[in-house]
Amino acid sequence: MRQTIVRNVAELPTYGYGPRSGPWWGALGFIALEGMGFAIAIGAYLYLYAVNPNWPIGASPPDLWPGTAEVAVYLLSIIPNEMTNRAAHRQDLAKVRAGLIVMVMIGTALLVLRGFEFAHLNTRWDNSAYGSIVWLILGLHTTHLATDLGDTVVLAVLMFTRHAKPRRFSDVSDNVFYWNFVVLAWLPLYVLLDWVPRL
Amino acid sequence: MSMAAEPRELRDDVLNGLQLSTQLERVWRTPSGFLGALMSVDHKVVGRRYIVTAFVFLLLGGILAVLMRIQLAGPEKTFLSADKYNQVFTMHGSTMMFLFAVPVMEAFAVYLVPLMVGTRNIAFPRLNAFSYWMFLFGGCFLWISFALNVGPDVGWFAYVPLSSLQYTPTKRPDVWAQMITFTEVAALAVSVEIIVTVFKQRAPGMTLDRIPLFVWAMLVTSFLVMFAMPSIMVASTSLILDRLVNTRFYDSSSGGHPLLWQHLFWFFGHPEVYIIFIPGTGMVSAILATFARRPVVGYPVVILSLIATGFLSFGLWVHHMFVTGLPQLGAGLFTASSMLIAVPSGLQIFCWLATLWDGRPVYRTPLLFVIGFVVIFVLGGLSGVMVASVPIDTQVHDTYFVVAHFHYVLIGGAVFPLIGAVYYWFPKIAGRMLSERLGRWNFWLAFIGFNVAFFPMHILGLIGMPRRVYTYTADMDWAHLNLLSSGGALIFALSFALLLVNVIYSLRKGELAGDNPWNASTLEWATASPPPPQNFDRIPVVKHRDPLWADNESLPVVAGLSAERREVLLTSLAEAEPQIREASPEPSIWPLLTAIATTVFFIGSIFTPWAVLWGTPPMAVALIGWFWPTGSKEDEE
Repeated sequence: MRQTIVRNVAELPTYGYGPRSGPWWGALGFIALEGMGFAIAIGAYLYLYAVNPNWPIGASPPDLWPGTAEVAVYLLSIIPNEMTNRAAHRQDLAKVRAGLIVMVMIGTALLVLRGFEFAHLNTRWDNSAYGSIVWLILGLHTTHLATDLGDTVVLAVLMFTRHAKPRRFSDVSDNVFYWNFVVLAWLPLYVLLDWVPRL
Repeated sequence: MSMAAEPRELRDDVLNGLQLSTQLERVWRTPSGFLGALMSVDHKVVGRRYIVTAFVFLLLGGILAVLMRIQLAGPEKTFLSADKYNQVFTMHGSTMMFLFAVPVMEAFAVYLVPLMVGTRNIAFPRLNAFSYWMFLFGGCFLWISFALNVGPDVGWFAYVPLSSLQYTPTKRPDVWAQMITFTEVAALAVSVEIIVTVFKQRAPGMTLDRIPLFVWAMLVTSFLVMFAMPSIMVASTSLILDRLVNTRFYDSSSGGHPLLWQHLFWFFGHPEVYIIFIPGTGMVSAILATFARRPVVGYPVVILSLIATGFLSFGLWVHHMFVTGLPQLGAGLFTASSMLIAVPSGLQIFCWLATLWDGRPVYRTPLLFVIGFVVIFVLGGLSGVMVASVPIDTQVHDTYFVVAHFHYVLIGGAVFPLIGAVYYWFPKIAGRMLSERLGRWNFWLAFIGFNVAFFPMHILGLIGMPRRVYTYTADMDWAHLNLLSSGGALIFALSFALLLVNVIYSLRKGELAGDNPWNASTLEWATASPPPPQNFDRIPVVKHRDPLWADNESLPVVAGLSAERREVLLTSLAEAEPQIREASPEPSIWPLLTAIATTVFFIGSIFTPWAVLWGTPPMAVALIGWFWPTGSKEDEE
């Protein structure tokens, strides 16, 4: 077939931020399907809650302080996260490096708090269906926390190497985006795990 | 973002003709040699592997079906033992659903969608390669287990309490549950790739109302996968946790509930039917337009029907549970929604009939299969509306009536369009035509064989023959119909053997296809058959819903993309306006290594929970290797 050039795209940029870029949509796709996973797990919790006359089963509700402390840290983490995002958009390498290091420290702190939360659930996974679903949901969210932390560590290291090219700022911005999902997912799970058993 | 105008980079606007093709081929080709083949991230290479692998599983699942039909051909046969029969029907269902039907549809999408939207590679090509390896390893895991007599034997739905440790203290259900995890990881990955490819990599000018119907169908399917599959992952994970570390999800003595399993399973399982069927409708629309020689009537109606079917498919799952003692209101609601979904499917059928009516149909093999689809699928739809009603469902539940129903829907709704699609797109993929004469034999054997095999099952079900029994006694009076059904199954199997012969013969001796042997209208036919590694020398510009019918002499294209590194054009979501020249990943061995690490993790965790600990570091290392820049032009741009 004969080709007729009707347009030249040579002047277009080679990367972009947010909905203009491909990886952002990929991240959104995974957020959607993982969010669905959380929704299904919440549904399973509520189903077991509905069919059991006693809830929690054979245990007292989780101690409130670890989960509540996490909520505080998660919500506050949005600030340095967003600062990292803005630095990435400005392509300010020094600020991005600092922001990523702060986010690594926050993630690590949250992982430690998460350890306390498991210890203060007041039930084991094999005690009852209540214990099982609580451990499943907390485990699911912890997986997200840990993978995001791993991702942030790798990205932070990357930004200190010769590979810290301009397009990597777009990756940083996608990492910020995904962290917001980890934060947002925690809020309903906190209400479910820590407050529903107190109803 | 001013890096755009690097003066020295070689672009496709300064090269022409053979020079441009050769240069792009050099940049986009899969590296040679065995290692190179393992590193491929070309969607056509991965898609071809996916298709072939899925058809191998079809062959294996089909052999199991024939074994069952031999066993059931007469009363009290001893060809298969009860235990073997349980494994065989479980393997048949699991293989067909998880290793054939869903993967083969995604496989066609992996191959075709990038070509149909006019781009050079699928979004996230390394994820695509990873997805294929996971699918392959999961399928091999299931079949090797079966060969070692550890094949699952609890049905493709693995209901608790039968599948719990107490009632099945072997490893068989663990194999089933972990095979699910493999295939769902693979399917979820492809769904994200397809969505992003369709959203962001469409050729300039391919606005939402110019997207080919097959691509629309795969887009809707990908969303269904995205929202249905997490449910089965939660289900299979909780089942395996119950079995391995004593959680109590399904243990009614500790607050667990067996029906939770059915809800989780069918919340996935019902959309699953549409995950298989909707791609079939996309294939039908593509084939019909080409062979009726006119665009499908009611393009917006078809798309809205696809989307409506997608939404409604999430509101039907409880109709699989009518005999579990539901509240009446629930049963009524799900009866209504189950009948409602017939409406969008019916609308599509009428659009297709109108297309045939108004067109100038050319009755080649692909169109024959589409007509076979219409007949068989409508019959399956009718029995579907019957079992949507609670009283009828209660009567025929767990009988052969249901077996007949869903084979009419699935084989009619998906396999007939699929075989039509094989005849239709084989010339594009292989560069040669399949034999039309063998094709006609193939169709008539399939059509007659299928109906002889499955129609009698309706009657068998109505006169009381239950599903999943390995034999029956002579005084039940089921023998004649069963023998007839088995005979039909052999004819049906023969039709697939003929397809295989046709493929093998035509790969060597088939007539050369040329770019557009059917004079079709969509972009995949605007490039060579088989397409070169870069798909298109220049990215097409779309000005019409049927671009090649609007102008079959010249193709409007864009220029300005790199000719010395892998680059794809990203466009805006609705209007497909060019936005970014984005780098596309190079071949890499890391997706395979990641898949191997994940396989060790998954299989290891069946035997010890500690596999979660020692299995994670290799996965993490592989993933870092995957994402770490190599310093290539693609990474550093």
